Amino acid sequence: MEILDAAFMQRALLAALLVGITAPAIGIYLVQRHQALMGDGIGHVALTGVGLGFLLNTSPVWVAATVCVVGAVVMELIRSYGKARGDIALAMLFYGGMAGGVMLINLSDNGSNANLVTYLFGSLTTVSEQDITAICILAAFVILATLGLRRQLFAICQDEEFARVTGLPVRLLNLLIAVTAALTVTVAMRVVGLLLVSALMVIPVAASQQIARSFATTLALSVGIGVLVTLSGTTTSYYVDVPPGATIVLMAIGVFVALTLIATPLARSRARQKALDEERCTLAEPGAPGAPDDVRV
Amino acid sequence: MNQPERAKEDEQPVISLRGATASLGARPVLRGVDLEVRRGEVVALLGANGSGKSTAVRAIVGQVPLTGGELELFGTPKRRFRDWARIGYVPQRTTAAAGVPATVREVVSAGRLARTKLGFSRRADRDAVVKALELVGMADRLKDSVNALSGGQHQRVLIARALAVEPELLIMDEPMAGVDLASQEVLANALREEVARGTTVLLVLHELGPLEPLIDRAIVLRDGCVVHDGPPPEAVGQHALPGHDHVHPHADPAAEPTRTGLLS
Repeated sequence: MEILDAAFMQRALLAALLVGITAPAIGIYLVQRHQALMGDGIGHVALTGVGLGFLLNTSPVWVAATVCVVGAVVMELIRSYGKARGDIALAMLFYGGMAGGVMLINLSDNGSNANLVTYLFGSLTTVSEQDITAICILAAFVILATLGLRRQLFAICQDEEFARVTGLPVRLLNLLIAVTAALTVTVAMRVVGLLLVSALMVIPVAASQQIARSFATTLALSVGIGVLVTLSGTTTSYYVDVPPGATIVLMAIGVFVALTLIATPLARSRARQKALDEERCTLAEPGAPGAPDDVRV
Repeated sequence: MNQPERAKEDEQPVISLRGATASLGARPVLRGVDLEVRRGEVVALLGANGSGKSTAVRAIVGQVPLTGGELELFGTPKRRFRDWARIGYVPQRTTAAAGVPATVREVVSAGRLARTKLGFSRRADRDAVVKALELVGMADRLKDSVNALSGGQHQRVLIARALAVEPELLIMDEPMAGVDLASQEVLANALREEVARGTTVLLVLHELGPLEPLIDRAIVLRDGCVVHDGPPPEAVGQHALPGHDHVHPHADPAAEPTRTGLLS
């Protein structure tokens, strides 16, 4: 495999693998509570972090991580406290973050529009050794949090009010989701780019939903799809010289379309089976195993 | 807990709300509510829409802040109460589903978090989930997606989730809303078993329906005030409120009370 000979490709593929795991792993909770676009908002805010990193001449990944965490915590506070005009406040935050980033990058000495574009849309050659260390540490945290606390995070995203009455530290867990989403954005930033980060949080989950019936399956399948598209997208980008972020996202959409096409007849046959079982129900003894249900399309 | 402590607890009300006031926005919803539920009682909270019955229950479980008055749960002031595993809560919902598919087992398992908190799920937790689902007659749907359930089945899942806590006190907000007659009977039987086991129950209802024989006491709210606290009234819901002139004719007296649960 000549692709693995180049050190920059080794780093790019490792980063891609980690993005493929982490983005759907946190994205599933955001989708579950109908906050699918939160990742996009954090991506906008992250740009200010990147600009700040250029201006201060430090690692943009760490500065972006810090700024993202602050931005995500503010978003979470707006979500949980400010009922009215919450969307206006979020819009301010998103576009403020975007504009701030563009401004800061232009003010810095080594910042250029070409540099900006690699952060917006991702680039393989720019994943430095320093970046990959940061990406590994952040990804480890994201994986530990999203998989280790999946029962608790599932509960608060399924029904927050009920979760509070079970005595779970809901406020803390909500902040954990926000912080984890923010760190995932910085993990994914170098490979898929800030404007496409959110796609990897949402599309693999949406694709899995087409055929999965349980949360556990959806989670496993999303991570599988995530890893599949990030690795194959990165490889394609190496051979064909196309931007990796766009390749990965288009592949993810391809998987979504393919699974939707498979799921439609599957759901129909399940529904037919169910209808048959229900006809039989009057004769079947009670306690007989239930009919398989159709899935959401 | 040792014996004397338990005996002392038995005399204390499980829920004690005194002079409770609460508002939603600028609108006062509770205007000095006194409410007491003793151990083993089954108490129904009745009233018209907007009477504050749901707010009262949500204040008791800490989801609506009280602007005045006192609340004690199991003899402990609310702000020091941490023993949430003693309470099973059924929020007012029309669905148990969210944005991602989940099975009946996964949703009901969330109830066990009251006991495991941030720890791992054990054998006993899984058994409790199955037992709770058996109680509401949904054990055969364990692996089904909640998206595939009917309205009544959603409600059964939500109640099983509260029962999985293995609570001493069950608090339910309109558990019969939108529930078909068959599911209502199942739920009434499940509740009967729970009550026989000594569980205390406080439930918000629009009408007594098939639960009527189980109810020890009814508290009727109107405009955020208690207007009745005693045996369940003959007619319920709007009809129970003083000043309600019962003028509309009924075509068939045998049709009363309406038991579709769809009136709410």
